[in-house]
Amino acid sequence: MSDATLDTLAAPVPWWRSRTMQRFVGNRLAMLGLVLITALTLACFVGPWFLPFDEFYIDLRARFAPPMTGAHIFGTDPLGRDLAARLFHAGQVSLLVGFAAMLMSTVLGTVVGVVAGYRGGWLGAVLMRIVDAFLSFPSIFLLLVLAALVRPSPLMITIIIAVTSWMEVARLVEAETRTLRDQEFVMAARMLGLPAARIMFRELLPNVVGVVIVAATLTVARAILLEAYISYLGYGIQQPLPSWGNMLNSAQQYLADAPWLAVVPGVAITLAVTAFNFIGNGLRDALDVRSDMVGA
Amino acid sequence: MDEVLLSVRDLTIALPAKMDRAHAVEGVSLDLMRGEILCIIGESGSGKSVTASAVMGLLPPTLQVTRGQALFGGRDLLALPESERRALRGRSVSMIFQDPLSALNPLMTVGAQVDEVLWAHGWGDRAKRAAKVQALLAEVGLPDPPLIARQYPFRLSGGQRQRVMIAIALALDPDLLIADEPTTALDVTTQAQILELIRTIQRRKGMSVMFITHDFGVVADIADRVVVMEKGLVVETGAAAAVLTDPQAPYTKRLIAAVPRLRAAGDSGTGTGGALILKVEGLHKTYESRSGFLGRKRVVRAVQDVGFELRRSRTLGVVGESGSGKSTMGRVLMKLIEADGGRILLDGQDILPMDERAFRPLRPRIQMVFQDPFASLNPRQSVGTSLIVGPVAQGMPRAQARAKAAEILRQVGLDPTAYERFPHEFSGGQRQRIGIARALMFEPEVLIADEAVSALDVSIQAQILDLLKRVQREHDLAMIFITHDLRVASQVCDEILVMHQGRVVESGPPARLFHAPVEDYTRRLVAAIPGRGARDAA
Amino acid sequence: MTRYLLSRFWQSLVLLLLVSVIGFLVLNLMPGGPLSQYTRTPGMTREMLDRIAEQMGLNRPLPVQYADWAWNLVQGDWGKSYRDGRPVLTIIGDHLFATLLLMGVSTFFAMIIGAWMGIRSAVRQGSLFDHSATVIAMVGFSVPTFWLGLIAIFIFSLWLGWLPAGNMYTVGDGSVRDIAVHLILPAATLALVSVATWSQYMRTATLDVISQDFVRTARAKGLTERRVLMKHIVGNAVVPMITLAGMQLPTLLGGALVTETVFTWPGMGRLFLDSLGYQDYPVIMGLLMFSAMLVLAGNLLADLAIAFIDPRIRLD
Repeated sequence: MSDATLDTLAAPVPWWRSRTMQRFVGNRLAMLGLVLITALTLACFVGPWFLPFDEFYIDLRARFAPPMTGAHIFGTDPLGRDLAARLFHAGQVSLLVGFAAMLMSTVLGTVVGVVAGYRGGWLGAVLMRIVDAFLSFPSIFLLLVLAALVRPSPLMITIIIAVTSWMEVARLVEAETRTLRDQEFVMAARMLGLPAARIMFRELLPNVVGVVIVAATLTVARAILLEAYISYLGYGIQQPLPSWGNMLNSAQQYLADAPWLAVVPGVAITLAVTAFNFIGNGLRDALDVRSDMVGA
Repeated sequence: MDEVLLSVRDLTIALPAKMDRAHAVEGVSLDLMRGEILCIIGESGSGKSVTASAVMGLLPPTLQVTRGQALFGGRDLLALPESERRALRGRSVSMIFQDPLSALNPLMTVGAQVDEVLWAHGWGDRAKRAAKVQALLAEVGLPDPPLIARQYPFRLSGGQRQRVMIAIALALDPDLLIADEPTTALDVTTQAQILELIRTIQRRKGMSVMFITHDFGVVADIADRVVVMEKGLVVETGAAAAVLTDPQAPYTKRLIAAVPRLRAAGDSGTGTGGALILKVEGLHKTYESRSGFLGRKRVVRAVQDVGFELRRSRTLGVVGESGSGKSTMGRVLMKLIEADGGRILLDGQDILPMDERAFRPLRPRIQMVFQDPFASLNPRQSVGTSLIVGPVAQGMPRAQARAKAAEILRQVGLDPTAYERFPHEFSGGQRQRIGIARALMFEPEVLIADEAVSALDVSIQAQILDLLKRVQREHDLAMIFITHDLRVASQVCDEILVMHQGRVVESGPPARLFHAPVEDYTRRLVAAIPGRGARDAA
Repeated sequence: MTRYLLSRFWQSLVLLLLVSVIGFLVLNLMPGGPLSQYTRTPGMTREMLDRIAEQMGLNRPLPVQYADWAWNLVQGDWGKSYRDGRPVLTIIGDHLFATLLLMGVSTFFAMIIGAWMGIRSAVRQGSLFDHSATVIAMVGFSVPTFWLGLIAIFIFSLWLGWLPAGNMYTVGDGSVRDIAVHLILPAATLALVSVATWSQYMRTATLDVISQDFVRTARAKGLTERRVLMKHIVGNAVVPMITLAGMQLPTLLGGALVTETVFTWPGMGRLFLDSLGYQDYPVIMGLLMFSAMLVLAGNLLADLAIAFIDPRIRLD
């Protein structure tokens, strides 16, 4: 029997119903992560409209109110400002910084990774050695030094976080590109006479996208955490602009008397980072069994 | 009076949901007599390996036995508690697998791994075991057992590792040896040696062997009886000689018909072909590899002084085992790898010294079909895109390229609606057709098929070979067919180059090579072809 | 094996060179650069600064300055602290033990617990244990270490009063037991993130090993599951463990910095932060370089260990 008859082919499946997507959607943790992130984002960006209090509203009579005092769901800070309002506004900053840093570092890391992985040779070796050298510094050390050098505006903070995060992406992308480069379809592209640039970005890159998305998701998680670290240490986002990190910095001295000032922002950070990690892991698992082979 | 050693009755194993059928195997029944070699033959997906794993109790947790029995020595293996099954494994029933490198623990010496099976079943003390290990290694034909025992697997060759596996399997004199495609991953000459070893040991010990294979040549060589499986069902059973000469089931007939035929002694092929299109002289390629920056240099002469002529409408076969340089040569001809010396005259023009920019406009004249149907097409591109991307990059207008793609798809036997589909929607054989279509888009004069059918099932293989023949006729193509399988080469080639360690050892028409080989290596290669004894001339 | 080791050693040297170049560039990007200690002195004029710059050799081309600085580094002259004028290396040396103690103890426990969790998860893939372990691990490396530290202080120190809230020892004491008690909270905090990484990594590594054919061969020999696990699976999972230990170093150092801050533990991380506050650039630079060198040395050691264990490298 000839296998050339296409009656045996199933109807084409759109990407959102593909097996990869099914696996991802079936991963409960990943879905939980997605829900959490959506909820957090909505809370931070839309939430403030629904809160009775402005984040700047100082009410000294209501200072140090524990959570669930009156309309203050999370309580108030030393100046009587509503903690929920401050939390949401801080969330906007922390989430935006994290996301923007991820975009920058992902683009840079991907370009470096693809070029180094495809070209190989001395260019690839040099690029990857530079990546390795950067990775030898603990990122927080490097980050803090850079933070001490620059004016701590949110933009600069985003940039330096990106500068210390792109290397992981580059490494992952380079490894993936190197594996793909040896696959026969790349050789076929050369056989057809396609120029190198085209091969890199039209043939290889679409196949690397999976790894890039996973790396990007995990980078957001890392970026949010890094911003929290340096803001907590006093070198990141500066007051009066709130971020989850610097909220924790001011909460430290009141730890004994008003622990919720420390607990609430910390929980927010943990939730956001955990959610992104769930999603990233779910994506990685879903993309792992990549070859959907027909027949046994 | 033959005694039944193993009796499998109505074995049915369910597959997890969302697979293309409900059962891995269904209603499988077979008997294995004491002292006989039973071959289970089938293509991929036939369920032959699953059956063997079930008997050993080594099924992965995703596969469940829903019903059936495996009666061995009066006991049902499938119903036994795990502790008792474990006691039988390695001692009464042993198994050897396909890939000997990954089947041995890389961190343990070979001797230690053989010793382990003795230790696990409480056999002898340390001194006795050490002596037994030496004896076993000698019995499987390994030279210098004391030295070998101290080696790690990575140091041994494929054939040697498989011998070690056999030593482990035979250590405790099992009644039944299950061999799951043990020679598929080996070179042809090594394959012959291992088959011979198994046959000798089986005869000497009177052991029963369940031999799983996809190759009817192997069946012809060693089987007493054969079971044919297709898609999880037993399709035919019988004495090997009977089934081979007079198959009953349609599937068996198809399978046997698909085995490539060697040419008859007097067969001299189809004419002399058209114009001379490719002439290669003194082709050289040497690899120098260094491990790390200060490593020692290893020089590998992949291709040495290779030369030949090729005319249109003719097929040149390049046959060799792994490491012979045949694939390297193919890639060098395509200028996918830089050659180190020699001349490649494409229609009179030497393309070897050309750089990529000069050669690019000539690329359409020489194209390649690759080996791995699952890796040779970009999974993220539609079939249509993969087909037209080459011509469009060379300047063909897009609309014209689309029309041509539809036309070529038809030629290779695929419906033009394949254009919008993605590679993962197709089977292996269909993807190879797409690969051939891609190569034909440029209307090349030379087509190189690099192990183009090696990864396909035998029945599909036959179809693709037919397709290649037809395409060659229609386009007046000159073809170079690279393969490790002499039988396949014999069927499609007008002339064959036999390569060994980078050199062309012998060349000539297939009929002469097989019936009157001159060189020693060629003789060994021909002798190693499975099924020699029962082979019939076309 | 010697070839492999030489090659790795050479690579480390190259990396060291690159690291030093990066370090040097960062040094020169400092506001005011090497002059900053003088710019804050009252009465300083432009001309005086220029003359000092000349004397310090700051007008020479950058590569020359780099060579000078690098040579000093090799000889052990890492500059002097702005704060008290003591040699930077000595100051680092004072704080080294505290950090190594913290890192060492927390890694030890993290490795054992994490590896156990990871291997068990892989062997019982899909079980409740596996799922719970994964969730715990995910949360583990999502929690900000310093926040965890704060919460730990709140619970165990302020509320329950069981453990001290900071420092390495109580003044006047300093016995091993005293230090150990002070070590508990910071080590546990630092360990949590490590455990998470170890367990996830070991899970993946072990799953890889399990899927290898030789595990099936081991079972076909009739070995008990326990033997298959311990000898074949765990045995082959050791190599990735060592690799991870090396890869973890930078993260561990960073985590140590944060932990030392929260618990006022007198290690290099605390020193780094203090120096940052005082703008004590020689010390900052020294710590930056030192930490990178520590990482490189650690990775080299890991490669050495692997070379001994893996016969494919040892005997080639």
